[in-house]
Amino acid sequence: MTVARLALQSLRNRWVTVTLTILAISVSVMLLLGVEKVRSGARDSFAGTVSGADLVIGARSGGMQLLLYSVFHIGNATNNVTWRSYEDIVSRPEVAWAIPLALGDSHRGFRVIGTTPDYFAHLQYRGGQTLKFAAGAAFNDLFDVVLGADVASRLDYSIGDKITVAHGVGSLGPQHDDLPFRVSGILARTGTPVDKSLHVSLKAIEAIHVDWRSGSRIPGLATTADRLRQMPLPPRAITAAIIGLKSRLQVIGFQRTVNEYRAEPLSGVMPGVALQEMWGLIGTAETALLGVSAMVVVTSMLGLSAMILSTLNERRREIAILRSLGARPGTVAGLLVGEATLLTVAGIAIGTAALYAVLVVARPIIDRQFGIDIGVQPPSTTDALLLLAILIGGMAAGVLPAYGAYRMSLANGMRMRT
Amino acid sequence: MNLEGATDAVRLRGVEFKWNTRDAFGLSISEFQVLRGERLLLLGASGSGKSTLLSLLTGIALAQAGNVETLGQRLDKLGSSERDRFRAEHFGIIFQMFNLLPYGAVIDNVLLPLSFAPQRRARATAAGGTDSEARRLLSALGLPADIGRQTASTLSVGQQQRVATARALIGSPEIIVADEPTSALDDDRQQDFLDLLFRQIDATNATLIMVSHDRRLAQHFTRVVEVNDILRASKSGARA
Repeated sequence: MTVARLALQSLRNRWVTVTLTILAISVSVMLLLGVEKVRSGARDSFAGTVSGADLVIGARSGGMQLLLYSVFHIGNATNNVTWRSYEDIVSRPEVAWAIPLALGDSHRGFRVIGTTPDYFAHLQYRGGQTLKFAAGAAFNDLFDVVLGADVASRLDYSIGDKITVAHGVGSLGPQHDDLPFRVSGILARTGTPVDKSLHVSLKAIEAIHVDWRSGSRIPGLATTADRLRQMPLPPRAITAAIIGLKSRLQVIGFQRTVNEYRAEPLSGVMPGVALQEMWGLIGTAETALLGVSAMVVVTSMLGLSAMILSTLNERRREIAILRSLGARPGTVAGLLVGEATLLTVAGIAIGTAALYAVLVVARPIIDRQFGIDIGVQPPSTTDALLLLAILIGGMAAGVLPAYGAYRMSLANGMRMRT
Repeated sequence: MNLEGATDAVRLRGVEFKWNTRDAFGLSISEFQVLRGERLLLLGASGSGKSTLLSLLTGIALAQAGNVETLGQRLDKLGSSERDRFRAEHFGIIFQMFNLLPYGAVIDNVLLPLSFAPQRRARATAAGGTDSEARRLLSALGLPADIGRQTASTLSVGQQQRVATARALIGSPEIIVADEPTSALDDDRQQDFLDLLFRQIDATNATLIMVSHDRRLAQHFTRVVEVNDILRASKSGARA
């Protein structure tokens, strides 16, 4: 069609401005879509910190607090759960598996978790992935420790290294330096708080505290490692536990059982629900970021509008010619809206393609550095809606100049003077 | 000569018109008529209202009072898009200069009016296809055979006027309107241009309405009219 061909020739004639405008739109599309990808990636990674678990239990507290100290290792528990209560609860028929967590010690700023081998068998993250060993194996000896990926890489530890554990979570706390641990295994990276944890057996936690009372060493007592290995050392208390049930349907009932447990005040929280609540808090920053990139899109749309508007004066003649040949004012206006639409579509296509190219390259790096897995999937519904909004914005950007052209063609008719 | 309505190419009666812009230029015409097949020269200085008159009789502008009849059709009876279509079908228009879309290929500039005029497209197709009809006109107007693919802005002013003429003639519209088409050309080229234009107009039997300030052109036309004799141009607030 001649009109369309001439419109394209017109664009080609202004290729420098046209290219820059398309580039501006592409960059804004990349930014908006990229922020949205990172946002949903971060949300999914966050929500995937624990997966497959049905309930996290601990001493009575708010759900978020419980999740913070048990899963994210932020803050401390106000109270412990006695081993007897724990055993009582996990012996219930609904329970498929349970992972006890005993917190309170640390190693150079990283938390030490006392647990059982079930930790490595049942803890899941990001849609059902289980923990894998990058090197070595789970703890076997009383003084074996399994390191998270970050701990090993930051502190440059490898299998067989000896480390000591500090009492309390401050790095300057008193050391259990008489009883060094041997690194028996190093976990593969997960992008979750597991990477920043050291794992020992529950018995080890008891063992290093045998000679301690109320947070300090009892003077004169120094039970040797070999002697400790012979001692029975039943766990007295844990901090929290992660529990998987045989059936999802039992969660609500089981949660009530925990919350109404008579022997001591306990809380049970569904991790998915609490993670969503927490995301509501930290997600605000992401929303702000999305807002900023939306502004960038608006700016590029204004640029598009200004670009077309600035050509309008040069196009007086063009408009008069088209009108004289029988083009309706609507056709003239439609050409300008069409131009804006075409540039926006080109910008969206290029921006989206460029973003995916960047994602493919950067995905492993981002996952390694920040533990955020940005899936390289086709655009989600949200992405598609954002792109649609940009397209509509682009068409709207053409409306102002088009209205100007419409008015101009009605007012000036064939008169070419400006 | 038959003075029935259908034999009039254009007929204006009691027309009052004023542009809806700041300069508010306006004009009034009590009676003006162009017969079919006539070659009319409208003589007038610039600013006398010639372009406004052309806007009126091609239906780009609509008179506030009186009636404008073209080929027996009252333009004020048509809706605005019907009027645009009517203009596309029945008029070929050549301007003083800047006739072409400068970035467009010559051939696309020539074919452009057919996008808005199905009847003209049908006639051009019947005459051997739109592209070959465009090429035929271009070469009949003395342009080189391969000019179609060139970009309009690379052409000389004289060549551009010929391309604009081919565009006005394609699909054989009934009325050719030319607004000072020769004023940008030097004397020799003026003569060449007019010869070519008249030859093509003879071939299609079209009516020619040309406006100019140049009296020397008068010899080529069947009738010469002074613009000032048919209209009283007025600036806002100073109507005669």
